[in-house]
Amino acid sequence: MHSPSQSFDVIVVGGGHAGSEAAAAAARMGARTALVTQRVDTIGVMSCNPAIGGLGKGHLVREIDALDGLMGRAADAAGIQFRLLNRRKGPAVRGPRTQADRKLYRQAIQKLLREQDGLTLIEGEADGLVVTNGRVTGLVLTDGRSLQTGAVVLTTGTFLNGLIHCGEHTEPAGRVGDRPSVGLAQSLHALGLPMGRLKTGTPARLDGRTIRWDQLEWQHGDEEPELFSDLSTRVAVPQIACGITSTTPEAHDIIRANLHRAPMYSGQIQGRGPRYCPSIEDKVVRFADKTNHQIFLEPEGLDDPTVYPNGISTSLPVDVQEAFIRAMPGLDQVRIVRPGYAIEYDYVDPRALDPTLELRACRGLFLAGQINGTTGYEEAGAQGLLAGLNAARLAGGQEAITIDRTKAYLGVMIDDLVTQGVTEPYRMFTSRSEYRLSLRSDNADERLGPLGEALGCLSVERRAHFKQKQAQLLQAQALLNERVLTPNEAAARGLTLNQDGRRRTAFEILSYPTVSWADLIRIWPELRSVPERIAARVETDAKYAVYLERQERDIAAFKRDEDLALPESLSFKSISGLSAELAGKLETVRPRTLGQAGRVEGMTPAALTLLIAHAKAASRAKVSV
Amino acid sequence: MTTTNDPEVIFAPATGMGRAAVAIVRVSGAGTRGVLEALCGRVPQPRRASLRTLCDPATGEDLDQALVVWFPGPASFTGEDMAELQCHGGRGVIASILRVLARLPHCRPALAGEFTRRALLNGRMTLDQVEGLADLIDAETEAQRRQALRALEGETGKAVQQWREDIIGAMALMEAAIDFSDESDVSEKVIADGLRIAQSIRDQIESELSKPQRPERLREGYRIVLAGPPNAGKSTLLNALARRDAAIVSPIAGTTRDVIEVHLDLGGYPVLLIDTAGLRESDDRVEQEGIRRTQARIAEADLVIWLQPPGGEACPLDGPDVLVLGTKADLGTSGSGLSVSATTGVGIDRLLSLLQIRAETAFAAGEGILITRERHRAALEDTLACLDRALAGDAEGATELVAEDLRLAARALGRITGEVDVEDVLDRLFAGFCIGK
Ligand SMILES: Cc1cc2nc3c(=O)[nH]c(=O)nc-3n(C[C@H](O)[C@H](O)[C@H](O)COP(=O)(O)OP(=O)(O)OC[C@H]3O[C@@H](n4cnc5c(N)ncnc54)[C@H](O)[C@@H]3O)c2cc1C
Ligand SMILES: Nc1nc2c(ncn2[C@@H]2O[C@H](COP(=O)(O)OP(=O)(O)O)[C@@H](O)[C@H]2O)c(=O)[nH]1
Repeated sequence: MHSPSQSFDVIVVGGGHAGSEAAAAAARMGARTALVTQRVDTIGVMSCNPAIGGLGKGHLVREIDALDGLMGRAADAAGIQFRLLNRRKGPAVRGPRTQADRKLYRQAIQKLLREQDGLTLIEGEADGLVVTNGRVTGLVLTDGRSLQTGAVVLTTGTFLNGLIHCGEHTEPAGRVGDRPSVGLAQSLHALGLPMGRLKTGTPARLDGRTIRWDQLEWQHGDEEPELFSDLSTRVAVPQIACGITSTTPEAHDIIRANLHRAPMYSGQIQGRGPRYCPSIEDKVVRFADKTNHQIFLEPEGLDDPTVYPNGISTSLPVDVQEAFIRAMPGLDQVRIVRPGYAIEYDYVDPRALDPTLELRACRGLFLAGQINGTTGYEEAGAQGLLAGLNAARLAGGQEAITIDRTKAYLGVMIDDLVTQGVTEPYRMFTSRSEYRLSLRSDNADERLGPLGEALGCLSVERRAHFKQKQAQLLQAQALLNERVLTPNEAAARGLTLNQDGRRRTAFEILSYPTVSWADLIRIWPELRSVPERIAARVETDAKYAVYLERQERDIAAFKRDEDLALPESLSFKSISGLSAELAGKLETVRPRTLGQAGRVEGMTPAALTLLIAHAKAASRAKVSV
Repeated sequence: MTTTNDPEVIFAPATGMGRAAVAIVRVSGAGTRGVLEALCGRVPQPRRASLRTLCDPATGEDLDQALVVWFPGPASFTGEDMAELQCHGGRGVIASILRVLARLPHCRPALAGEFTRRALLNGRMTLDQVEGLADLIDAETEAQRRQALRALEGETGKAVQQWREDIIGAMALMEAAIDFSDESDVSEKVIADGLRIAQSIRDQIESELSKPQRPERLREGYRIVLAGPPNAGKSTLLNALARRDAAIVSPIAGTTRDVIEVHLDLGGYPVLLIDTAGLRESDDRVEQEGIRRTQARIAEADLVIWLQPPGGEACPLDGPDVLVLGTKADLGTSGSGLSVSATTGVGIDRLLSLLQIRAETAFAAGEGILITRERHRAALEDTLACLDRALAGDAEGATELVAEDLRLAARALGRITGEVDVEDVLDRLFAGFCIGK
């Protein structure tokens, strides 16, 4: 009966966005990797809106790309409407975004995974973990197969005890059309992990052939599309526009009249949903004075008539959905392809994780994606990447790595998760980063490239590309620093600087808000040799220079506290002088550094002092042994 | 062990400032040498107390003659570069030194326990020493919190809380313009709205900072008024106290017919002892004037001692700052409380030590308020500077820089009101805008 047991260095469970990145990253690191997922043909499926990127999210995609992940390349291959958000604002807060053709995206991810050396795709459902001496050593599938491994990454998204709500109707499911993961959920509960329940929702899908497009306004993509990946050179497929409609007072009346049938309001749903992605029923209740909400009609693909109406996620019964949607301009004849629904699912309190994304309660077991209380493809993908890298390192006997808040949005997200936990599905915003001016989407490669190189997770092509860009950047910086002008010389060339007699480098001159790269080229034509992207990057650094210097000091202070490691053996409960409440919180989070401890809610100066003292005492004891 | 030298310089008064004699202000951090150069020009020889004139580098104005000691790290209390300024001047001088320090770049008032923390990080303390200190730091934190509350009572306090609310509101608008610019509920107008709020906070802070400071009540000393009916023994007691070795007296002729003032020094604390001319109902217009003045004295007093001879009238005053003292104890008892006899000297020492404790407590509290006030002033000045930068920026083109300055302003203001967290801003944002297309 038993098929021979296969053995891998790393097994990734789940073929969503976290799982795909995790599997690819582990394999890039040279680990023999298996990706186990319920259906190989659904690998890379976008469960909700057909778009990648945006503010904060676009930053994450660039970071994934800098570490040679998949998402940026797949989005470029599948992008059907590229828009750089905040184009008119400063570079730090510009976020690349694209509508993605759902099928092309899935295919792009699947292709990248198939081409990846050292990666095996296994169709099957994980049923349980094999744990030996507190460390995961294998995985059992529902069909009875068992696999051996050095590390496991779980990325099962909304599938753990998933329960779909559509009006009064409920149904256990991972997402519509997929079975939930019950066995695996039990396996996690058995580990005694702290778990909770969250909720999210999705709108109905519409048949585009029944929409009166001629009655709608349009939104087009950018004239000059901004791609995600450094390796992409051009837009791959034809571009489309989105339609814009809006809800109406009549639609709101229909929703209001049927609120008692909404699971959110009837008490049928217990899990907490995100504030930034409210269902339409929520919007109508909470913003009662608004008579309409703008709704984008986003085609799901070039050869797919399905349309995603962005902004009317709902769990109202199907008849109500149809009624209120038809009360919107252009949609009076619309046919619903698939009703919207809400889904409740189990997540693991991420405070049970180390910032490496490894569970403290079970070594070798990593969690990434929605299972950690986040939402969004990009959030999932970024976590998957780190978990995959670390699983490979662990399996190879190396120490897992962390990425801190000063380095990347990825670091901000993970620190938030493991230190603060979540109360609603966590999504990235640029405002979450106190180092926003440094963590830009235009310098992700500079921030993370060296790490990727050191870890060995970059392909030959990527490494060459990165090296070349670095060289160009250094060269441009040198060019600017070698060129100087006195205020008088500058004035003679039409630039007004402070008349203080001080000689300024071209870089300093560029930091003036009134001076542009084009002005510099007028003075020093040789600067024309600097590639456009590099020039833009240098100009941003110059414009932000004063702020970045200030931020450097904050970063230095941050690093000092982050460099002080708290011993893993430290028992917070036994530190005399810590209140029981604070000791309890510290035990839940188990901060690894003094800095992280400082971010635990309710921390006091005296308690921090005690922690330093104990950390110091422990490190002295270690030395003297 | 390597020691670190934090580039951020912290400072705090290290001793009670009430004692007129000296107050020590400690400075620690990598920029300490720069601080000394700014304040007194030349940096003295290490670990040698040198007399220097401290002056405000911004105005060139002399602040004080002080003994300055320079402790280059790592052989200092914190292990960092440190200095001690032993100032002679009174409390006003020290307040101005604190203010000048706060205005130097990268220099700020120390947080509770921060010197200890730095010492610890540099291995200058053992675990045992720290465990004892933790309670102290907790107490310090609590005291700072209480003092902050007290300093924030009344109008100013309300204003400061309102600024915090407003700055969160301004940030929420700015962050909405950044993170949710693609949402239809967020119009470009929000940036202007946010700036308008920032401008209003800025103007209010500026006017708060330009208000003349209330004169300091304790400056001339802790005021004790002796009150009681005629013949209760007031002037006799005054003389008896003044004659004691413990009380160094500098008699000053009474400026008015009805009041005699004596300056004492009790354990280093200046005390002003005032004898009133009897508190009595009277129709006599001259007497009435005397009584009015007496009552005015009582109102200004830090402590009123009601003198009650045996069988004398009970104290008509009431409150925590009234002490009932039995007099002429040699003639009999007059109550359950403390009693003294100026004739035999019984109880006088006890009275003196009691008064000294009272004065000490009052000074400690006053000192806290003074330091708190300087701390607040420094925080408000920082907030103002950040808001000015935010308002000077090109809001349309560089929203992210305006937002950064607002964030820094909120951080500075947070030193008074408690931190402003991203969650506070997001809460406000999601409550105000319908986000989620
Ligand atoms: C209804 C719905 C609405 C959403 N709405 C939004 C939204 O509005 N905004 C937003 O940003 N994001 C939304 N999302 C979230 C977004 O889709 C997810 O955050 C993201 O896809 C999570 O990625 P993941 O890799 O963690 O999980 P998923 O993409 O869900 O992938 C999970 C994978 O695990 C596999 N799997 C599960 N259990 C097992 C098992 N036992 N064995 C093997 N394989 C298993 C599944 O087959 C699947 O491939 C929504 C998701 C859903 C389902
Ligand atoms: N026996 C005795 N007589 C006192 C004492 N103190 C004051 N007297 C007398 O009480 C009278 C009134 O004292 P005085 O100090 O002038 O009272 P005042 O009006 O309150 O200032 C004087 O005759 C004092 O000599 C004391 O302690 N014992």
